[in-house]
Formats: sequence, C-alpha cells, structure tokens
Amino acid sequence: MENLLEIKHIRKSFGGLEVLTDLNLSVRKNQVLSIIGPSGSGKSTLLRCATLLEKMDGGDLVYNGLYAARDENGRSVYAPPKTIREVRNMFGLVFQNFNLFPHYSVLKNVMEAPMLVQKRDKDEVKKEALDLLEQMGLRDKADAYPCQLSGGQQQRVSIARALAMNPKILFFDEPTSALDPELTGEILKVIRGLAEKKMTMVIVTHEMAFARDVSDYVVFMDGGVIVEEGDPKDVIDHPTRERTIQFLRRMREQ
Amino acid sequence: MSLDTMILKMGEGFGKTCAIFFLTLLFSLPLGMLVALLRMSKIRVVSWITRFVISVLRGTPLMLQLLAVTYGPFYLFGLRVARNKLVPVVIAFAINYAAYFAEIYRGGIESMPVGQYEAAEVLGYSKTQTFMRIILPQVVKRILPSITNEVVTLVKDTSMAFTVAYQEMFTIGKQIANSQSSFIPFLVAGAFYYVFNLAVDFVMGRAEKAMSYYK
Repeated sequence: MENLLEIKHIRKSFGGLEVLTDLNLSVRKNQVLSIIGPSGSGKSTLLRCATLLEKMDGGDLVYNGLYAARDENGRSVYAPPKTIREVRNMFGLVFQNFNLFPHYSVLKNVMEAPMLVQKRDKDEVKKEALDLLEQMGLRDKADAYPCQLSGGQQQRVSIARALAMNPKILFFDEPTSALDPELTGEILKVIRGLAEKKMTMVIVTHEMAFARDVSDYVVFMDGGVIVEEGDPKDVIDHPTRERTIQFLRRMREQ
Repeated sequence: MSLDTMILKMGEGFGKTCAIFFLTLLFSLPLGMLVALLRMSKIRVVSWITRFVISVLRGTPLMLQLLAVTYGPFYLFGLRVARNKLVPVVIAFAINYAAYFAEIYRGGIESMPVGQYEAAEVLGYSKTQTFMRIILPQVVKRILPSITNEVVTLVKDTSMAFTVAYQEMFTIGKQIANSQSSFIPFLVAGAFYYVFNLAVDFVMGRAEKAMSYYK
C-alpha cells in the first residue's frame, strides 16, 4: 500500500518549549486515522504542521512521494512555492471553528476555491458543488449565508468546501468540539459516510467511541510523542501503556 | 445684501467645497490603505517611519498642514505659490485624512480572525487573493461606521481652506460676513454643511445596510 502522507522525525518547539519530539506518522491511501490525546499533547500542532499552517523545525513532510519539507542537518527545508502549491492541492482541512467565509453564500464558499485556485470551469464546479451540498443535506441552503445556519450545518458546508477541491487526503481538527452534543452526531455521520466511500482521512478528535468505530488506525499522543498506536479496538479497548489507560479512564469519567 | 444673494454667492463656492471633499476622498481612501500596509510592514524601519509620519499628521493642526503645503514651497525653495489653490488644499487634506484612514484600516485588518487567513491559505488562495477577496470585504463592513465619522468631519473641515484664501463656500461666507457686518452668512454656511452631512449620512447608511446581509 502506498503512503499518501509521511511525516518523519518531526520536531517542533514554540519558544523553547518542545511540542513535538521526533515523531513519525504515515497515512496510507483509503486509511482513516484518528489522533487522540489530552490537550497540550501536540496533536493539533501535528495537524497544523501537516497542513503547512505551522512550519516544522526539523523532519520530513512527504505527500504522495512529493517532499514539502526535507530534513537537512536537523533543520526542515521547505520546497519552493510551486511545489508547496502542488502539495497544498492534495489535502483539505476542516477546522474546529469552521472558518467559513461569512460574506459569501454557501454555494460561493464551496465554489470559489476550485474556480480561483484550480481554474476549473464554472458550470462544472457549480454542478459538483450542488452535488456535494446535496450529499451534505444542504441543497436547499445553497443561497443562504453562513450566519443563517446552525453550527452543524456550517461544519457540513466547510466539509463540502474542502471536498470541492478533490483532496487526496482530508484532515479534521476536532470537527465537533465547537458543536452542541446534539449537533455532533450529524457531523460524525457525514465523516462515517466519507469513510465508507474510502476517503483518506486524518481526524483529531475527543470522540472516543467515534474514533473506535470509524477509524482503522488510532494514534494516542501525549507530551509531543506517540505513546501508543495501532488498531482502534486494541488501543481504545485494551490499552497497554499507563498514560493511555489513564487518559481513557478520564475520558470515560467525563 | 439680501439673503437670496448671499445664498447664491455662497452656493457658487459650494462647488469648490464639493471639489475638496470628493477629491480628498478619492485620494485619501486608497492612500490610507497604502499607509496602513506600510504601518503593518514586517520591515521594522518601514513600520517605524510610517508610525512617525502618522503621529505627526494626526498630532499637528490640519490648518498648519494646509499652510505648510500651500506656502512651504515658497518659503523653503522660493517656488511660486500655486495659482490654483485647490491643488495644495487637496494635497494637504488627502495626506492628513490618509493618516486617519490608515489607522482605521489597520484596526479593521487586525481585528480579522486568523482563521479566515488560514482557511484561505489551506484552500490555496494566494496572499493577494486572500486579502482582496476574503479580508478586505469584511474589513470594509467592520470599519464603515468609523469611516462615516471621518467623512462627516471632512465635510466640516473643508471650511479650513479659508486659511489659504481658497474661494470655497465658507471663505466666501466669511468675506460677506466681514463686508456686510452680518452673522447671517455663518448661519447659511452652517445650514449648507448640515444638509451636506444629512446626505452623507443617508449614503453611508445605505452602504451599511447593503452589507448587513451577513454577520
């Protein structure tokens, strides 16, 4: 199986505080990988490094064989802008706070990037965008503005916006953390649907039951390193490391 | 002199008042954006110099700046004072207002949530595309009330052109007041400015409404 994403020996510090320590992660095609762990464990930073929102201090970042950053003598050297654009085109990111563009209608939120960045034909993009909104159960909200939608609906629009770019891999940064519990389910349902369609996904989440059900690989992070990883049933139901056991117990008590 | 004649004479100067007003906006609104971008420059020296220039423009009287731009070239370099005073007047106003607009723009831009930049970046928008399409339209909505404030002030500030004897409405009104020993021209001028600002309020109100379709 080919690796769509490979992160090798990543290091990242913020002002002397090391957040990620020599961490390795690879994501295969069609894999759904969940990253769990306490706040401050570095999981969000890892995701931000992978999506180029944050620069790694050291290590390699490779998408589908293409080096976005290469480690040279312990420092990450980033590829030229053209390569970075190519890499960026391979992934999508769904934010915790949606980050929709409030001044655009739902449809324009979904359509603009494919037209502007990928220079695709308007009619074709529109058809695809409407299909995506249909899939998200939001076909009738195409002309609405984000402020008129519920949090769950906004998050579904942002998933459609990311999918409209046809990414090879889709990242989720705690996609349900800003939502009321009753709205969480609708997002998890959408992600489950994507998993059934073999979308490659990396999901940072606090939803343990969901991580176990939907993902085929789970990574537990703490203190900037991967403490335990593997099959979700093993890691979540039968953790072996003390830190994992404690974390999962705390999560269950909540 | 009858009231009609006064209004008529001052009305003739009103065209020049409008010229100062519209030309100042035409130049200062874009210039302010340039100044704001320089002020936010990552190059420290550029940012510091811009900050200093803004502080001088905001910290000294507009009247002084008008005099400096109009007569400065004569005193400093022995150049002829411009025959058409509209040129130095508009230059002084545009520079002064650009400083104020720059700070309003900066406040607006810095108030934008970082998530908007990140969303655009991940989607592959270039820096320019992000600014022009995502950031600027939202900034305009946010700063419109502050811009309205400045525009209303500008309407009244045009009267300061009398210091360099530019024949706009207030200058003419002041001349009539002197020659006729009458206070009426000032009341007429007040009415002119008030009606002008009613129109400004109306237009800006419409603009705000046009952008109220989203939060």
